Amino acid sequence: MTDAHIKAENLTAAYGDFVVQQNLQFEIARGEVFIIMGGSGCGKSTILKILIGLKSPATGEVYFDNEPFWASDDAAQDQTKRKFGTLFQSGALWSSMTLAENIGLALKQYTSLSDAEIRDVAAYKLMLVGLAGFEDYYPNEISGGMKKRAGLARAMALDPDILFFDEPSAGLDPLSSRLLDDLILELRDSLGTTVVVVSHELASIFAIGDNSVFLDPVSKTQLATGDPKWLKDHHPREDVRNFLNRRTKDHEST
Amino acid sequence: MRPELSFRSPDEGAGIEIHIAGEWLLDGDLPDVDGVLAAIREAGTGATLTFDTALLAEWDTGLVSTLVRIRQCADASDVSIDDSDLPDGAARLLRLAFAVGEREGARRSKQQKPFLMRVGERTQSVLARSMELLTFTGETVLSLGRMFRGRATYLKSDLVVYTQEAGAEALPIVSLISFLIGMIFAFVGVMQLNNFGAGIYTADLVAVAMVREMSPIMTAILMAGRTGAAYAAQIGTMKVNEEIDALTTLGLDPIDFLVSPRVIALIIMMPLLTMYGSLLGILGGLAVGMSMLDVSLVQYVQQTINAVGLNSLFGGLFKSVIYGILIAIAGCQQGMTCGNSAMAVGQSTTRAVVMSIVLIVVSASILTVVYINIGI
Repeated sequence: MTDAHIKAENLTAAYGDFVVQQNLQFEIARGEVFIIMGGSGCGKSTILKILIGLKSPATGEVYFDNEPFWASDDAAQDQTKRKFGTLFQSGALWSSMTLAENIGLALKQYTSLSDAEIRDVAAYKLMLVGLAGFEDYYPNEISGGMKKRAGLARAMALDPDILFFDEPSAGLDPLSSRLLDDLILELRDSLGTTVVVVSHELASIFAIGDNSVFLDPVSKTQLATGDPKWLKDHHPREDVRNFLNRRTKDHEST
Repeated sequence: MRPELSFRSPDEGAGIEIHIAGEWLLDGDLPDVDGVLAAIREAGTGATLTFDTALLAEWDTGLVSTLVRIRQCADASDVSIDDSDLPDGAARLLRLAFAVGEREGARRSKQQKPFLMRVGERTQSVLARSMELLTFTGETVLSLGRMFRGRATYLKSDLVVYTQEAGAEALPIVSLISFLIGMIFAFVGVMQLNNFGAGIYTADLVAVAMVREMSPIMTAILMAGRTGAAYAAQIGTMKVNEEIDALTTLGLDPIDFLVSPRVIALIIMMPLLTMYGSLLGILGGLAVGMSMLDVSLVQYVQQTINAVGLNSLFGGLFKSVIYGILIAIAGCQQGMTCGNSAMAVGQSTTRAVVMSIVLIVVSASILTVVYINIGI
């Protein structure tokens, strides 16, 4: 028994006969920022889908607080999923609802708060992500970066234990991406939330990552796991160091 | 333990101490905050707000969202806040929430506009939309002109695909509906005409009704729901994905590229489908006639041939061409003016079908009156 918050054991992801990643083994401690990284097409997002319960693994199991997820029944899975908050790549806000309604839907479903209280909570969540006053906007009326932040506000609606981020920096300018990183750390520090991030943005990986797993598209398994700042200089494999140092085989980075 | 919220003013007017106790969780009930807000407003400028959280148990967003309201009220009445006694995480979240101020003019009210204003806006938008449809029709006519002169850029393979989608793939549903409608007409005809000993005229009834009116209009309504809706959804989704913008920046006219081939596909396929539908309808009538009337196959067919003249046939086919153009234009126009969200695509699709059917029925009425007057 370990005290890991999330543990992936012998995980294999596949679409039919096509194996994306196999034999993954990693642990995520409570309150940690964990990065799933690797080159494009290595199956990062697929692994994320398995962790958040959208796609079942071909083999292996995911444990949350030592409870197996995929082996349990639907009711238990739903119970576990309630503690997740997920930020999808482009926000995935529901286009027919205002931002306040997007955030309020989970609250309406799972709490007994009154409409006015739900509105207060939605307003507060939007303030946290720097969108004060945007309650009555529809998703198509705001910019891409704002959609992402509103998506984060929605992911945080129920005070999740675990926040999952799919490429949080994708499509953001460096400054907004930096602000989002700061926000992720601030939320982790204030609430003790465990954060799982799929990313290949090196700046962001080094800024927020405490721990990580490095996936390789060629061997279809993990090459490394550990603190990305340490892996960058000390990992024995050259391709891992190259990735983290933004080098190709023959050329030094500029 | 239930969450509790109370306050007291220790020294006269110098400050307010807010007591927060119990479990403040979203799952439970939250206490009413109005009393505290009123006290803060009363204390007014210069007062200081302190917190006593000695008896606070677990907390989450339930607590912080209440604190946000308290701080908003305090800021508005110039009351300063001392957050040193709040739990560390809550104090940090509170500061984070107020770190970025509200953008000037961002807030909007959801107020209902007065009735007359809404009527006016609706009328204007209907007028504007009719203008858009007219403009679009004009642009399509120009584009078709370019196409016939060979100056429009479009993919011939696209045209083939559209023609197949609007033609061969529509055959099963057109067959089913036309055959059944022919049978229904024949049933009604047999029941009524047999009373006068004129059962054989069922053949005339079915043939004339199918060829002149029913086959064109039923095929058109089927195609509006099937193909017109598909056009609106395809082009609308392309609009959402900025694919239309990509065409424009390449110097391709989206009407030449997307709309004209679809209009042509329907102009080609609608008369063919209609003719096929008429045939199936007549066969449906024949099936009923053979089983319920005392006539031979040859008699029935001969009666049918005598009933339908070439003018009826071409009158029906001309109608179907008009309906085809209307369906294609309504579908494509709704797609091109689609908003940029998943909801908007659904709305355009609905509007495309409704608009097509209205246009079909209106033009059917006009054409029928015209036909009668010119004696077709």
